Order: sequence, then structure tokens, then C-alpha cells
Amino acid sequence: MFSLESLTHTIDQGLNSNFSPTITLLIEMVIVGIGVISLFAVLGLVLVFMERKVSAFMQIRKGPNRVGYQGLAQTAADTLKLVLKEGLTPTGADKFLFNLAPFIVMIVAMLLLAPIAFTKGFQIWDINIGILYISAVSSISVIGILMAGWASNNKYSLIGAMRSGAQIVSYELSAGLAILAMVVLTGTLQISEIVASQQNGWWIFKGHIPAIISFIIFIIAVTAETNRAPFDMAEAESELTAGFHTEYSGMRFAFFFLAEYVNIFIVCAIGATLYFGGWMPFHIGSWELFNHVMDYIPGIVWFFGKTFGLIFLIMWFRWTFPRLRIDQLLNLEWKYLLPISMFNLLLMTVIAIMGWHF
Amino acid sequence: MIEEIGTTTEGDLIINVGPQHPSTHGVLHLVITLNGETVKNVEPHLGYIHRSIEKMCESLTYRQFIYVTSRMDYLSSHINNQGCALAVEKGLQIEVPERAQVIRILMAELTRIASHLLWWGAMGMDIGAFTPFFHAFRERENINDIMEETCGARLTMNYIVPGGVMSDIHPNFQRKVKEFLTLIKSKIDEYYVLLTGNIILQERLKGVGVISAEDAISFGCTGPVLRACGVKSDIRKLAPYDGYEKVKFDEVFETAGDSFARYMVRMNEIRQSLSIVEQLIDNIPEGDFQAKTKAVLKLPKGEFYSRVETARGEFGVYIISEGGLTPYRIKFRSPGFSNLSALHHMCKGSKIADLVATMGTLDLVIPDIDR
Amino acid sequence: MYIVDYIKSVYNGVTSLLKGMRLTGWYFVHPKEIITQEYPEVKQVLPERFKGEVVMLHDQKNEHRCTGCTACELACPNATIKVVTKFDVLADGKKKKALDVFVYHLELCTLCNLCIVACPTDAIKMAQTFEHSVTDRSQLTKVLNKPGSKLMEGVE
Repeated sequence: MFSLESLTHTIDQGLNSNFSPTITLLIEMVIVGIGVISLFAVLGLVLVFMERKVSAFMQIRKGPNRVGYQGLAQTAADTLKLVLKEGLTPTGADKFLFNLAPFIVMIVAMLLLAPIAFTKGFQIWDINIGILYISAVSSISVIGILMAGWASNNKYSLIGAMRSGAQIVSYELSAGLAILAMVVLTGTLQISEIVASQQNGWWIFKGHIPAIISFIIFIIAVTAETNRAPFDMAEAESELTAGFHTEYSGMRFAFFFLAEYVNIFIVCAIGATLYFGGWMPFHIGSWELFNHVMDYIPGIVWFFGKTFGLIFLIMWFRWTFPRLRIDQLLNLEWKYLLPISMFNLLLMTVIAIMGWHF
Repeated sequence: MIEEIGTTTEGDLIINVGPQHPSTHGVLHLVITLNGETVKNVEPHLGYIHRSIEKMCESLTYRQFIYVTSRMDYLSSHINNQGCALAVEKGLQIEVPERAQVIRILMAELTRIASHLLWWGAMGMDIGAFTPFFHAFRERENINDIMEETCGARLTMNYIVPGGVMSDIHPNFQRKVKEFLTLIKSKIDEYYVLLTGNIILQERLKGVGVISAEDAISFGCTGPVLRACGVKSDIRKLAPYDGYEKVKFDEVFETAGDSFARYMVRMNEIRQSLSIVEQLIDNIPEGDFQAKTKAVLKLPKGEFYSRVETARGEFGVYIISEGGLTPYRIKFRSPGFSNLSALHHMCKGSKIADLVATMGTLDLVIPDIDR
Repeated sequence: MYIVDYIKSVYNGVTSLLKGMRLTGWYFVHPKEIITQEYPEVKQVLPERFKGEVVMLHDQKNEHRCTGCTACELACPNATIKVVTKFDVLADGKKKKALDVFVYHLELCTLCNLCIVACPTDAIKMAQTFEHSVTDRSQLTKVLNKPGSKLMEGVE
């Protein structure tokens, strides 16, 4: 079937035949770097536009529809505006940390794009501890947020950053336990292996009840990790106190903003990989003909379809529910999500040992 | 929007909230003393939209001063106008014909529904749910269209005059109101699903901003704030005016005294207003829409007070007349002023997020407070 | 019992959230419910009683009904109307008060309708225009009687 593996192969062979291996590696790194940055930018544009349109349709109104055909050029116009804005640094702010913070958040988002399998053979770095790498590196973004809050020289940024930090660190636990439950099923941490093991059906169907519980906990935990409503006390708290990115304007604010949306994309990509098979088409057990038909749709279409489906779900949450208060948020995590996810892990282990999954 | 303006001797922070608000209350300036996350003292600073309305009314005649009250509490403009007209009618001993009374009640109840719908949407936005705002405004547009056809304006109607109403209702009025009634009955269930039954909202509002009945009475709170503490205080029942004694409706009250009780009181009041409109819409009596009055109104020397039940509470109009063409002094008792004075008592010791939720349920309209 | 209450509270919470999501999801897949009016391509037709602006009625012969009695000027709460009168000399030599210029300050008008109710000859009425923004404030001071118009016959 149509697969991008041939494309990467051709480029690799073409470069290898012309240059020495070191230069080939360097050139490939440069190509990948440019690809990641452009994906970052394009994803940011597409996701912001999608958010505005989805929110508009749920609120019985049209979204942006004047700039460009049906409003498609709206985000480009907004990005242009942000680039032209003056980037202020407040007096008394720690200049080095203030300027560094948006870059840390952005770099972490880009690092997380490395192990994600877009389609067969189209992975930047297929490390054998893929899932663990993602879980570990995503915790570093907390440092960026705390740095932003501290370096702003503003007590309310600091309070907002502290709250956001507490929230992210707590929900890492539940997200990690949910991922762990799936790893118990798959038996491996490597992402390409996880996707390959879903050849005869996605894990959410094969793992029935514990996988569904694990999926629900995962979605709630990653909504909280990316500071999205209904858990956005730290950023929409700008109704009352300013959030951690208040003192940022212009391009630096654009970095925080884009990094948030790319984070949403990444966690939804992980969810799609773990539960819905990544780029694997929808196969059912041993129905050969059905599987063969499903294979005609390229893997990249499956991957992006599933990821955007999960992104739509997260956006659906935002525009339906009111916000939780900070103590209710932490209450939810420590008293409800954590015990349930620990119990679920136990249940999943029993099922994996007894072989009661498909 | 937030600046620290100092620290107290114990090291608490003093911060400003407002006067520019993202939520739709108006220009309210609160000076809050915070200890970490807990609120210790709330002090409202008013006057940012003071337009000296009461002084202006001293140079306007008794027909002319009614239009300014539409601009005070702009969400219940009909009811404010009704209060002024009642005070003038009390002074001149004018008898309002029955048709005018029924039209006044219908307009007042429709205004009450519109005001509560906007409160519901804006409170959703304070709490963080952005979608109910648009749903509420969709229904409110229907009421605005009905008002536009009969009165000519959507927000500041100036339709009620001493002696009755300014012009007769439009021929389409009854049909459109009946269509609106069938529409909104299906939508109120949607409101329950969208916000009221939502567990997050209930957890945000239950037990927050509690005030006891004695404290509410001593602060002078009226309206849904007082009825949520269990005190009977609906002026339409206690001191009926303009034909309300002939209309059958229940007085709505809860006993908990917290934000969720205030929320439920207002949601149930919408239903009661709908039942009043239903009772009256088919039975508008024939007759004049305005009593015959002199061209120039001159109140006799004396003091006249009238009170009406707006969507926020009790609105009082107090006219002191020396017998001339213009009043000597007019004083408006605004419901929001007394409700706001209870904010410190309700929010002492709670968190900032609870302060925002409580302010949302108090339903403040700042031009009403500042006049 | 604690476990049972715990599970019940979780179940009730989750179902209330799912019901809310179903409602917004329904609105998402029914784009026909959108009520946005795309102004300025689609302009609203305003009802005939809409209070947009005060205008003076003129018929085809460029005649109006205003006698210059200044009842509207006395009824207006904030001096929006200024009626300037002149004295017409009639055929039999008597002097009659007539309207010269009817100055209307749109920037001060509160659209309260009191002038229209006060007019004894139905000379003025409310128009349904609402797009009043101008770049020069002096354009908002209008003269309502058209040049060269005079009083209709038979109006007292």
C-alpha cells in the first residue's frame, strides 16, 4: 500500500551514495529539524483555527469567516500581528530567565515530537524506551513555567505559576499510571512495537474494561497536564489574577501559545498510539478481506484522523464545562483519579497474566 | 488590571480588582486584602459611573425624569419606570385603567425573564463555562424583538408613563409572546443540562458565600439574595401594586443561604414569571391604555414613596415635592447597593475563586449602584 | 457504605457531565441552528415603531405640518430640539408665527419619544435608521425641515 517509507528510503540512499556517512547524518538531522519546525508552525496555525471554529459551532455562531476563504487565513493574520508587536521586558525582571522560559517550553514540545510514529518507518527516533522518554521529558516543561512565573517579577505570575506547577506534577502521576496499565498489556515500551502489536485490533477493544478505564483516566489527566479547561485555573485565572504568561507579549507570548497547542497535539498522538493503534488501520482479528480493504487508506491518514479526533474531544470538554477551583482540582486527582488508576493497574495485571484479553 | 497597592502590617497583600473587568458586572473596584489565597477583607470603591442622576432629576418635570431610570438598572428598565410612574400616580391620585395595568405587568415579567437570562449567561462566564452565554442571548433576542415591536427600543424602553403606557400594544404582541412561551419551555430543560445539573457547577457554588437570614436583613439585602435565606420578601406579594394581587403565582424561596440557593431562586423565578405571562396573555382587558391626565403634571406638596420588585430586589422611588413643576428632591433606593454591602460578610475567609462565584450570584449591575 | 456512596457520587458526576457534552455535541452537528446575522450583507428590517431618529414628515409638495408651537421643545428633557420661529406676513396683512428652522441635535437625543407624543399636529415621527456614525460631529446637528418647504394647508 501507499507508504511514506519509500520516500525516506530514497532520500537516505540518495544521500548515502553521494556523501560520507557523517555528512549524511548531519544533512538528515538538518532536514528533520526543518521538518519539525515547520510541523510545529503549521500545527499551531491549524489547531488555533480549529479551536475557534469548533467553539463557534458549539456556541451557535460562525467562527472566523472574513479573512481569506471561510476564514482560513485568520491565524496567519494573527501570527503576523503578534510578530509585529513590541516584546516588553518588565523592569526588575531577571532578563536571562525571562527570555529563556518560552524557549524551554518550546524545545520540550519539539523534543517530544521525536519518538512519535506518524506512519510506518516515519519516526524520527525509535528508541526502545519510547513511552518512558515521553513521560519523563514532558515533566521538564514545568521548569519552563516556573521560570516564567519567577522571572516576571510579579507576585501574581508567581502564584499562577506555582498553581500550574502543582497541578501538572500531580496529574503526571495519573497519566503515568494509565500509560503503565497499557504497557502491561503490550509488554514493551518501544513505540513501533506497540503499534505493531495492534495489528489484529486496537488495544482499547482488545483490552476491554481496564483499557477503557485507563483511557478515560488518561484523557482527564492529559487535559489537566496541558492546562486546558476545565482545569485552567492557572491561565484563565487572568480573570482575577494574572497567569504565568502575563508579562509576555509579542513573539514570546506566541511561543507559549503555540507550545500549548503542540502539547495538546502530542498528548493526543500518544493517546492515539497507545489506545487506538497509531497509524495501524482498523483491523478486526482475522477477517482478512476487511483488513485488506482497510489497508488501502494510508497510515498517515489514520494517524492524523485519530489524533484530531482526540483533539476534538479535548476541545469539546473545554467549551462545555465550567472551571474547577484549585483545591477541587487537586482533590479530584488525589482522592479519585489516583486510587482508581492504581486499582485499574492491578486489574490490568490480573487480566494480562490470566490472558483474558483478546 | 491587578496592581499591588501595599501590604498590611501582618504581611497580607492588598490588591485591586477592577475597575475594568473581563466579566460583565460593570466598573466595580474592589480592594481585597489577601493572605496567600484566602480573602480577609473586601472593600468596594464605588463612583466610577456616577452620573448625578438624582441631581439631574431636580431640573426635569414629572414626565421627563422617567427616562433616566431606564439607564440606571438597564436590565430591568420597565420595572424601574414602573416604580417612578407609581410614585407620580400616588401623588396625583391617578387611577390607572385595567388594560394599562395588565400591559405593565406583562412587560415587567418579560423584562424579569430577560434579566435573569442575561444573569445566567454572565454567571456561566464568570465560572468558566463560555457556552451558556450564547444560548441565553439567543432566547433574550426573542424578548428584545417583542419589545422592539411594541415599545420601539430593545434595552431602554421608556414606555411606561404616569397614567398608563405610552402607546397600545402592537397587534403581533400576543402571538409573538405565545410563540416565545412555547420556545422557552423547551429551552429551560437545556439550561438544566448545560449548567444547573453539572456537577462542577454544583461543587463551585454549594456552601460558598453563605449568609444567614438575620445578617441579610441587617445589611438590607432584598430580592433573590434575601429569599435564598428563607425570608419572605417579594414585594409583589407583600405590598401588591398595579394589579399583582389578581395574579396567581408562588413566591420562590430556598433556605440554604449559599450561592447555589441564590442560583436556584433565580432559575425558579423564571418559571414563575412564565406562568404569570401565561395567565395574562390571553386575558388582556379592553379599554384605555392611558388615563386622561393634564398636560402639565404638578404634584402637591408632600413626600411620596413607591417600591417595586425588580430582578435584583426592591427598588424604591422617594419624591419630595414642594408643589412646583419639578421635584425638590428625588431619591432612588437601589437594590444593588445593599446587596453589595454584604459581599465582605459573605466572602471573609474564602478563596478568590469563591469571591468571583459569589459576585456572580449577587447579580450586580453597577450603574444601578452608582446612579 | 462509603464505597457505595463513593461509586454513586462518581457515577452521578460522570453522567451529568456526559449529558452536558451531548447537548453541545448536538449543536455542533446541527449548523442550521446558527443564528449569526452576517451584517452588512444582511441587514435587519426594523419594526415600524423602532426609535432611530426624529424626522419631519414632508409630502410630495414639500409641505410639512409643523406650526412652530414649540410643544416638543418644552417636552424634551435635555434641550435636543430648538425651534426657531419667524413671523409670516399673510395675505391680509396679519402676522402669523411660522417655523423657520427646526434644529435637532442627534448627539444629545435620548430617543425617549416624549417630543412625538407632545406634538399636536403629528409633524414629527421616529425613523428607523440606526447607522448614525459620522466622522465629524457637526454633521449630527440636523435641520429637520427641508429648504423651501412650508406649512401644509389646513393645519392649525
